[in-house]
Amino acid sequence: MITNVEKKSLIAHLMRRAGFGCNFDQIEELSLLDYDDIVDQLLNPDFSLPEDQDLLERYFIASVEARTARHADPQWTWRLAKSKKQLEEKISLFWHGLLAVGGIKLDHGLAMLEEIDLFRKHGLDKFKTLLLKISQDPGMMYWLDNQNSHKGAPNENYGRELLELFSMGIDENGDGAYSENDVKSAAKAFTGWASKPTPPPFFLGPFPMEFNFDENDHDNSEKEFLGEKGNFNGEDIVELVSKHPSTAKFICMRLYLYFVSEEENWDEINKLSDVYLTSDGDIKKVLENIFKSDHFKSREIMFKKVKSPSDLVFGVTRLVDRFEIPELDSAELATNTLLMGQFLLNPPSVEGWHEGEEWIDSGSLIERINYASDEISNKSSNGVKRIIEIIKSKKIGSDEEFINVCLEALGYIELSDRSYKIISEHLKINNYENNEDKITDILRIIVSTPDFQYC
Amino acid sequence: MKKEKNLVVIQLSGGNDYLNTIVPYESGLYYDYRPNMGLKNESILPIDNKIAFNSNMDVLKKQFDNDNLAIMMGIGYPEPNRSHFRSMDIWHTAEPFESSSVGWLGKTVKNIDPKGDNPITAVNFGKGLPRALACPGVSVASVGALESYGLFTGVSGSQNREILLDTVDRIYQPMNPDGIPSLRLLQTGRGALDGADLLAEAPNAYKSSIEYPEDNPIAQSLKGIAQVASARLGTRIFYAQHGSFDTHTDELKNHSLLWQQLSVAIDCFQKDLKEQLLEEETVIWIFSEFGRRIADNGTGTDHGSGGVAFLLGKSVEGGLYGDYPNLEPSAQLEGDIHYNTDFRSLYSTILEDVLGVEASSVLNEKFNKLDIVKN
Repeated sequence: MITNVEKKSLIAHLMRRAGFGCNFDQIEELSLLDYDDIVDQLLNPDFSLPEDQDLLERYFIASVEARTARHADPQWTWRLAKSKKQLEEKISLFWHGLLAVGGIKLDHGLAMLEEIDLFRKHGLDKFKTLLLKISQDPGMMYWLDNQNSHKGAPNENYGRELLELFSMGIDENGDGAYSENDVKSAAKAFTGWASKPTPPPFFLGPFPMEFNFDENDHDNSEKEFLGEKGNFNGEDIVELVSKHPSTAKFICMRLYLYFVSEEENWDEINKLSDVYLTSDGDIKKVLENIFKSDHFKSREIMFKKVKSPSDLVFGVTRLVDRFEIPELDSAELATNTLLMGQFLLNPPSVEGWHEGEEWIDSGSLIERINYASDEISNKSSNGVKRIIEIIKSKKIGSDEEFINVCLEALGYIELSDRSYKIISEHLKINNYENNEDKITDILRIIVSTPDFQYC
Repeated sequence: MKKEKNLVVIQLSGGNDYLNTIVPYESGLYYDYRPNMGLKNESILPIDNKIAFNSNMDVLKKQFDNDNLAIMMGIGYPEPNRSHFRSMDIWHTAEPFESSSVGWLGKTVKNIDPKGDNPITAVNFGKGLPRALACPGVSVASVGALESYGLFTGVSGSQNREILLDTVDRIYQPMNPDGIPSLRLLQTGRGALDGADLLAEAPNAYKSSIEYPEDNPIAQSLKGIAQVASARLGTRIFYAQHGSFDTHTDELKNHSLLWQQLSVAIDCFQKDLKEQLLEEETVIWIFSEFGRRIADNGTGTDHGSGGVAFLLGKSVEGGLYGDYPNLEPSAQLEGDIHYNTDFRSLYSTILEDVLGVEASSVLNEKFNKLDIVKN
C-alpha cells in the first residue's frame, strides 16, 4: 500500500512528465482517481476545436493567418500554458522536435500552426499514420526540398532524413539499417510530392499551402527498398519503414529519452519496442506502457531529468496560474523559452534540439532562476495567492515542517539533502518577523535551486 | 606574433545595405538600380573619386582618414543563403555548409581559458546569447543592463536581496560529484554567480568624462563594454548588437537613423577607450549577416548576399581591402553582388593577430590572413 502523500507525489511526477505539471489543488483532485485512470485520461484527449479559439483570435490578431513563425508563437504558447489536455501539447512538442521543421527556412506561420495541429491530432496515433501525414505536409515538403525532387532528377533530402532522423535512425558510427540505395529508392518514390504553392521568400506574408501530387512528375519505375521490390510510391515507403524493427527501436528510444530519462536503458527500450511491433506501431500503447511501468514510477527516474526551457516556463506559468485571458504578456512566453535556449517553431536544425544537461549554460541558468523567482513572488497571480494561502493554513512547528509544506504547496516537489539543509540553515540564520516575507523568500530560493531544474 | 588585444564585436542584425553604406557614387548603374534610394550630394562623404561613405557615418570617415578603419569591400561566403537565421548561423559558427550549434567565439573562449577559470572571458551585451558565443562547457555572461545584472534583480530592498543571494550562493557549490543536481549544473551555476559578482563591481570603479546618449541602445551597450573593459577583469571578447537593419521599407529614414546612432556610439566609445588607456589594446569588428539586393524595391531593399564589414582600432591598418563589387548585370549573382573575401579569412586574422589564438584550433580549414593588424 502506498501512502496518500506517496500517491500524490507519483501523480505529480506523472503530470510533470506527461505534461507541464499540476498545482497543489489539481493534484488533490486527481488523487481521488486511480493512477491508471489518470494515465488513460491523458492518453485519450478529445481532439476537437478548442473552446478558447475565439478568445485567442481576438487577442492575438497578428497570429490569425499568421505570417511568420514569430506571429504563430502566441497561439501555440497559449495552449502550452493553458490547455487542459496536457499530453496533447507535450507530445506535439515531442514531434515538433523529432519531425523538426524550422522557421529558419519555412518562415510561414500558418503552415507551422497546421503542423502543430497535425501533431495534436495524430501524435498519439499509429506511427505510420503520423509519418504519412507529415510526409504530405506542405511545410515539411518545402523544408526538405521535395518540391525540387523530380522524375529523372530526384532530390534525396527527404528520403534521407526520413530514414536517418524520422524513423530508422543511425548508430554512433553514422550507419543505419538501410543502404544508400534505399535512400535513392525512397527519393524516387516521393517524386511528384510537393507543396502547392511553394512558399515565396516574400516578407509580406505567405499563401495557404496544400499537398499536391503531380502524377506526371512521379517516378513509376520498379524500385528496391529494404529488400523488397515494386513500383513503390511514398505511401509504400512509409508503410515499409514504419514496420521495420529499427524504426520501432528508434522511435521508442526517442520517446524514452523524452518522457523517462536522458540515459538510454535498453532493457526498457526493447520492451517498448516489442509493444510497438505487436501493436502495429501504436504510439498510445507505447506511452501507456511507459507511464504504467514500475520503472517510470521508480525513485531512480523521479527528479532526474533536466527540464527543457518549455518544461520550466510552462511549468511555472501553470503553477502560478499566470494568465486568465491571452493578455499581451502571454505573447512573450516564447521569448522566455528563447532566452533559455529553446526557440519554439524554430528548432536549430532538422535534428531538433539537444536535450538534457546541454540546455543549461550560465546565461540560460540566470534566465531560468530570475524567471521562476519573479513569477513565484508575483502576488497578483492567482496561483501565488493560493500557494501562500495553503502554506498559511497549515499548522507548522519546526523549520523543516515549514520547508516541507512549501514543497508540497509547489506541487509535491523535492530537494536534495544538501539544498534542503542549506535552506533550513537559512531559516535559522534569518529571523523573519513577517510570515509572508518568509514564505516569499523560501519560495524564491526553492525555485532558484539546481534541484528545481530537474523534473 | 602581434600583441594580444581585446575584441569588440558589433553585429548589425537584419542585413545592412552595403550599397547605401559605402556608396558607388560615380556609377550610373547604382542610380539606375536605385531610382528612389540612390544617395548623392549632401547624403554622401566621398572617400575617393569612386566611392563615398553614407553621410551619417562622419565618425567612421574621420577614423578612416586617421588610418584606423579598414573596410572589407565585399565579404561573404560561398553559396549564399538569404535567410536571416541561416545566414547569421553561418557567420556565428563559421560553417557555411553544415549546420552546427557551436560558435566560433565560444570555441575561442575555450582556447583562451581551457579550464574555465574566468567566467567572464567573454561578455555579451543584450538579451540571449548569440550562437557565436555558444559552446558546451563554456561560461559566457550575457548582460541586459550592467546595473541590473545578476540574480534576483527584481527584488526590492537590498537587504532582502543580499540574504537570498547568500543562500543561493551556498547552494551552488560544485561539491556533489555524482548525483543530482549534477556536477556540471553546479559548476555552471558557480560560473554564472561568480561572473555576476565580478560584473557587478565594474560600474563602481568606472570613471569617465564621456556621456553616452541615454536614448541610443548601441551607445548604452558600448558604455557597458567600456565599464567592464576598464575594470580589467580579463574579458577578451565583448559582443553587442545593433539593428534592425532589415530595411524592406522606409530604408532612407531607418538606415540613416541606425548609422547615426552607431556613429555617435562609436565616437563616445573611442574617446572613452582613450581615456581608459585601452585604445591600443581594443579592436572593433563590425559585420552583418548579409547585404541587400542591388536594385531597390521602391522604398527599401530585400535580402541579398555579400556585404561590407569594418575593422576599427589604433592597431588596425586603415584602408580599403578588396575591390568594390562590379554592378554590371553580367557580374551579378542573381541580383546581388559577388563576395571577394571569405569571412573566414577575416576570422583567421582576428583570431591570430587580435586575440592571439591559433586559427586552426577554431576553424576547420586554413584561410589566408589579411595583413590588416599593425602590431
